[in-house]
Amino acid sequence: MHSIPEPLLAERFAEFDAVTLRRGEVTVLDTLSLMLPLSRRTVILGANGAGKTTLLQLVQGLAQPTTGRIRCVSGGGADPAVRLAYVFQKPVMLRRSAQANVEHALAVAGVPVHRRAEAAGAALARLGLGYAAHRPARRLSGGEQQRVALARALALGPHSLLLDEPTASLDPGAAAAIERELLALAGDGIGLVMATHDLAMARRLASHLVFMHRGQVLESGPADQCFRSPRHETLRRFLAGQWLD
Amino acid sequence: MSDFLQSLSATAELLAGANPHLWPIVRLSVEVSGSATVLAAALALPLAAWLALTPFRGRDVVVAGLNSLMGLPSVVVGLVVYLLLSRAGPLGSLGILFSPPAMVIAQTVLVMPLITALARQTLEDALAEYGPYLASLNAGKAATIRTLLFESRFSLSTALLAGFGRAAAEVGAVLIVGGNIDGVTRVMTTAIALETSKGDLPLALALGLLLVLMVLVVNLAAHGVRAYAAHRHG
Repeated sequence: MHSIPEPLLAERFAEFDAVTLRRGEVTVLDTLSLMLPLSRRTVILGANGAGKTTLLQLVQGLAQPTTGRIRCVSGGGADPAVRLAYVFQKPVMLRRSAQANVEHALAVAGVPVHRRAEAAGAALARLGLGYAAHRPARRLSGGEQQRVALARALALGPHSLLLDEPTASLDPGAAAAIERELLALAGDGIGLVMATHDLAMARRLASHLVFMHRGQVLESGPADQCFRSPRHETLRRFLAGQWLD
Repeated sequence: MSDFLQSLSATAELLAGANPHLWPIVRLSVEVSGSATVLAAALALPLAAWLALTPFRGRDVVVAGLNSLMGLPSVVVGLVVYLLLSRAGPLGSLGILFSPPAMVIAQTVLVMPLITALARQTLEDALAEYGPYLASLNAGKAATIRTLLFESRFSLSTALLAGFGRAAAEVGAVLIVGGNIDGVTRVMTTAIALETSKGDLPLALALGLLLVLMVLVVNLAAHGVRAYAAHRHG
């Protein structure tokens, strides 16, 4: 019996075991088995409707598989203690200040009341939002709102962030700012799992690539390798900017 | 026309404080309708939250039924509450017929469907907006309801003001269960009905004017709440 290679021991994965998800007549995911890396900069790439968001929702528990099983694993065994935080494409801001938004998330997570203000302030400061802490969150710009959403997710102390098209509804400047924040967070050891249809963003951010098409994972591997020599014809066409059928 | 003008000048005198009967009537109106609104809200908000968050078979039918109860005729509510509270009725032992508590009960029944229906719609919209986020936080049912109620605080206060407006303006229910007893259960609407039929137009008109003013203030308040919310939270 051979041991698991050393770096893999620390890594966390979401393990998909023959996962099928049907919505009515539509099969969104079809008997998917996959080890989705949670500790790297994983980008789930694909066209609209490929099933990227569904994949993220399944990991977070926002969607339930029709059949099959998803669990977090590390070191080769199930690890229910993996902490994940989810960031939506359109930031969901509560009708209160940025600070109160973060404190609300902490309250729901069961953080005692005397620790919330400090933790929320620190998370906002980390995203450079100290100046906006006491402004009504819904009056902030789109980019600022998405950074509040990031701060709110971070305050929960996650091992990994699940991000559904985190920059898709932002202008290019704000999107670039978010990307820089994400890279900084990854540098601090927080795993990223991002869904996007934006090839350029995937090239900039991904260390691991998962390519999806019509509810199937066609390719999953180190990003540079996937980009350099795609094995699957559909990914090759996608990288070349051609129509997919 | 001169009757009308005469009445108007008499009204001005009344409002200036010449008639000691006027203000107790106004106060009782506010107290009864205010209490009924608070009581109805205490019942309606949990019910609305439950309806908004709980899928069950026949939910559409319940919601449609509730919505149609918004148009409940106040005299019918008065009649039903009268039957319940009358000496031979199931709640007759309470002995509160023809007293302000009976009027509060009748108006509570009257405005509860209205507040429930408005609050349910508001909370359902809030759930559509915040549900996925709250689910991503693993929020339990209690935390979800608390969050939705707080996020809907502006719309919900508008719903309460609408309830108060309906309660303060109705005459049928309070007349039947209150009996329009001078100094005990006489409120603005019942006083207007009585004074008009007696031919004492100045008092009726003064009360009518005050009632319109009150409804106006309530609606302005509702408008103010909406404007503030839009300005502050978009």
